[in-house]
Amino acid sequence: MMNVSVAASILPPGLPLPVGFGMIPLFAANPFTEPVGVIHYLIVGAVLFTAGIACMTLKRNALGILMGIELVLNGANINFVAFSSSYLRAEGAPTLGLDGQVVALFVILLAAAEAAVALAITLNFYNNHATVDVDRADDLKG
Amino acid sequence: MDLESLLPTLLGLAWLLPLASFAVILFAGPRLGNHGKGAAGVATAAIVGSFVLSLFAFVSWVAQHPVRAVAHEDHGGAHAAADPSHGSGDHATTSHATAAGHEAGHDTGHGDAVHAGSPVHYSGDWYTLYEGGRLKLSIGWYIDALTVLMFVMITFIATCIHVYASGYMHDELHDITDHEVHLADGSHLHRPGRFHRFFQALSLFCFSMLGIVIAGNLAMVFIFWELVGICSWFLIGFYYERKNASNAANKAFIVNRIGDFGMLIGLMALWGALGTLHFADSTGPDGHARPGLFSLVRPPVAGHAQWVPDGMVKFAAEEKVGAVLRSHADDPRAGVEQVEAKVEDWRDEGYGRWLLLVAGLGIFCGCIGKSAQFPLFVWLPDAMEGPTPVSALVHSATMVAAGVYLVGRFYPVLTPDALLVIAYVGAITLFIAATIALVANDIKRVLAYSTVSQLGYMMLALGVGGWLAGLFHLVTHAFFKSLLFLCSGSVIHACHTNDMRKMGGLAKVMPWTSGTMLVGCLAIIGAGVPFLDIGLSGYYSKDSILAQALLFARENPSHSILFYAVAGGAMLTAFYMFRLWFMTFAGHPRDHHVHDHAHESPPVMVYPLVALSILAVVAGWTLPGGLGIANMIEQARPAGTGGTELGGLLFSAFTVPAEHASHAHDIHVTASLTAFATAATGVLLAALMYVWGVIPPATVAAAVKPLSTFLANRWYFDEIYRFLFVLPVLGISQLVSGTDKGIIDRFIEGLAWGAKQVAGFDAWLDRTLIDGLVNGTASATYSVGLELKKLQTGQLRQYVMFIALGTVAIFVLAGLLFRSSFAG
Repeated sequence: MMNVSVAASILPPGLPLPVGFGMIPLFAANPFTEPVGVIHYLIVGAVLFTAGIACMTLKRNALGILMGIELVLNGANINFVAFSSSYLRAEGAPTLGLDGQVVALFVILLAAAEAAVALAITLNFYNNHATVDVDRADDLKG
Repeated sequence: MDLESLLPTLLGLAWLLPLASFAVILFAGPRLGNHGKGAAGVATAAIVGSFVLSLFAFVSWVAQHPVRAVAHEDHGGAHAAADPSHGSGDHATTSHATAAGHEAGHDTGHGDAVHAGSPVHYSGDWYTLYEGGRLKLSIGWYIDALTVLMFVMITFIATCIHVYASGYMHDELHDITDHEVHLADGSHLHRPGRFHRFFQALSLFCFSMLGIVIAGNLAMVFIFWELVGICSWFLIGFYYERKNASNAANKAFIVNRIGDFGMLIGLMALWGALGTLHFADSTGPDGHARPGLFSLVRPPVAGHAQWVPDGMVKFAAEEKVGAVLRSHADDPRAGVEQVEAKVEDWRDEGYGRWLLLVAGLGIFCGCIGKSAQFPLFVWLPDAMEGPTPVSALVHSATMVAAGVYLVGRFYPVLTPDALLVIAYVGAITLFIAATIALVANDIKRVLAYSTVSQLGYMMLALGVGGWLAGLFHLVTHAFFKSLLFLCSGSVIHACHTNDMRKMGGLAKVMPWTSGTMLVGCLAIIGAGVPFLDIGLSGYYSKDSILAQALLFARENPSHSILFYAVAGGAMLTAFYMFRLWFMTFAGHPRDHHVHDHAHESPPVMVYPLVALSILAVVAGWTLPGGLGIANMIEQARPAGTGGTELGGLLFSAFTVPAEHASHAHDIHVTASLTAFATAATGVLLAALMYVWGVIPPATVAAAVKPLSTFLANRWYFDEIYRFLFVLPVLGISQLVSGTDKGIIDRFIEGLAWGAKQVAGFDAWLDRTLIDGLVNGTASATYSVGLELKKLQTGQLRQYVMFIALGTVAIFVLAGLLFRSSFAG
């Protein structure tokens, strides 16, 4: 779980820390009135992530689901890049400041590999069932 | 090659050839020729090879040690009193040299020294079975003139019998229907022929028999003694499907074991007290001379006179030895020296005399069994259930003579008292067997009882001091008795019956058989011309027995019954042998069916008859120059024997007279005349009863009905033994088996029942409780699994939904539960 010091470092300085349940701490301030900061990137990442999840859940077309997966992965990538922002870096830390970008590159690579495998599976599935409707695929049924 | 190494090689090969034949037939038996016909060839070739080798050994022996007549007349009475000191120095070195294997120039001047010195002999070991402490068990040889002679005799007779048997046993080449075996369904037994098996056993027998003769120590004798016993068992039980044959084989084997038990006692007495079983002196691994049995009991230092060996004295005087050693506890070496010094005194006090007697009688017990002496003779007549060639070879000529041979070989160790026991056993045996033979109607049984009786003769001869007479008779008897058996086999072969009452008048149909059998009969009764001193082989040997018995009776009037037994036995022998011949061959046919069917046997069976009958005639003759069987045996006379010996441990004092004294003129003439008169009376009586019919046998039988019934029932020996031994043993075994079945088995069964109950309870517990637990767990897991399976729908989108919702739920839960952590 996220601890206090992390939450403090994410939030812009000077903001009082939110107290109590019911208030989502990250949205304590109105993002639409704030200048663009890390939080906005995180929001975009979260939207992408949620859109990806929704896509995976609701699409019956296997290709659609693959797209959903790409969305999820890229949502996560944005988060990585956002968290490597220089605002969140401690003074004088011995780093190039490219950690998030490197991890994002890895994820893109992984996504490419995953997409290749997933497309192969999909193609095979199509060959066997003459469709790419995942609801027709219940071979894993216990 | 000198005799030293030549003889063991020749005789060793002659001994092993039959073993090779046995091995070949054992492994290749039925595949040898047609239906195993080749087995006869293999066995005969082996025994012929043995015979040739033995003959070669014989010739080389005679060439090296010329057989000369022993000049009794020159020495006269003085010679008889075997002077203990005679030649002690000279012959001590001689015997040592012989043992050590240096024989050069030994036989010079040997002729007149035979009686006192060690006989020429060669001994050694081929193979040591075991050596530890004082005990050495080895396969070795002891070869003297007697060994060589026995080899020639055994292999010659065995050759004849092998040839004869290859004709006699030809029925066995094909499948056989045994009419004497009735199966449960009333039919007769039908079995494949066993031709090769017969020759296989015969070869093994020849090997074992030659092993006894060549043996260099008593342990080896005992090994081969048992081997001939088992061969005899195989051969008597050759037709083992016949109840009679298998019973007879078992009887022979068991009765022999009783004798062998005594022999074991004798062996233990010798080994325990003397620590050696070797006959001759040998050299130990440490280079020291090891005295053998002969020189222990008749040491060269005492002039080969018999004494109780040191070992036996110390063994018997155990307490005194202990006392001496205890008194010298501080200095054991001095104690041992003290004991050695006192041995002489203890010997004079008579310690160990009983042990020596027991050793001798123990060995003789074995001989009683093997040589069918009273009281263990009952097996031999039954042994006639075997095929006739076996009766001729094993149960008349060789194996049963092994007992006599062993007594002769072991002669130096036998004390005068043991000899007298032997003489009485022989006398009883010869008389009982002869009387039974008078009334027997089975042709082979007559011969069997005759064999027992003749063996009794030999034993008696040995017992009264006639070492030469007994062994001489052993050799001559082997020839004519195997001849007689082969003749009877020929008759049985022709008539298909053993019953003499169905025969008669066969002389015209079977001229060769009847002629050769007549020779055999004349030889066994000792036919000869008394004053010309010429006769068949039996004449010489029987006369020397009679002369020795007469001498013994004169020296010891209280034992003169021994002489009467011999003389009476001679008459009985003449009577029953000619009764047999007359009933079989003379007169008119009694059963025309049998007579018309009879025919002369094939040449392969007749040739051995002729060969043996020639030997039966000439075996007793001495060639000019002295070459003859008797003189050759005399060469082997054990050191120190043949002199006068005094006895009196078991009996009141008596004298065993010197053997050459029996050659004195008056004794010789009296003996010859007695022999002639008794034999002539016997033959005449037989002729009166069975040829001329002057005295009808039926009338005689009726006149002495109780006696003839008694004899026809063989003195009720079998019944007595049955009552005395067999029934008690059966009773005891029934009792024991009853105990076993009634008590021990019940107890065991009870234990088993208890165990079964416990096991049943255990099984119940296992099935219900433990299995229930395990099965219950399994089925619970299974049903949970079944339920959980339903969650696994295989719907991808559902899974994603679950994951998403699950993640959200986890976050919500975490938010609820870990509120404080956000609160900081």
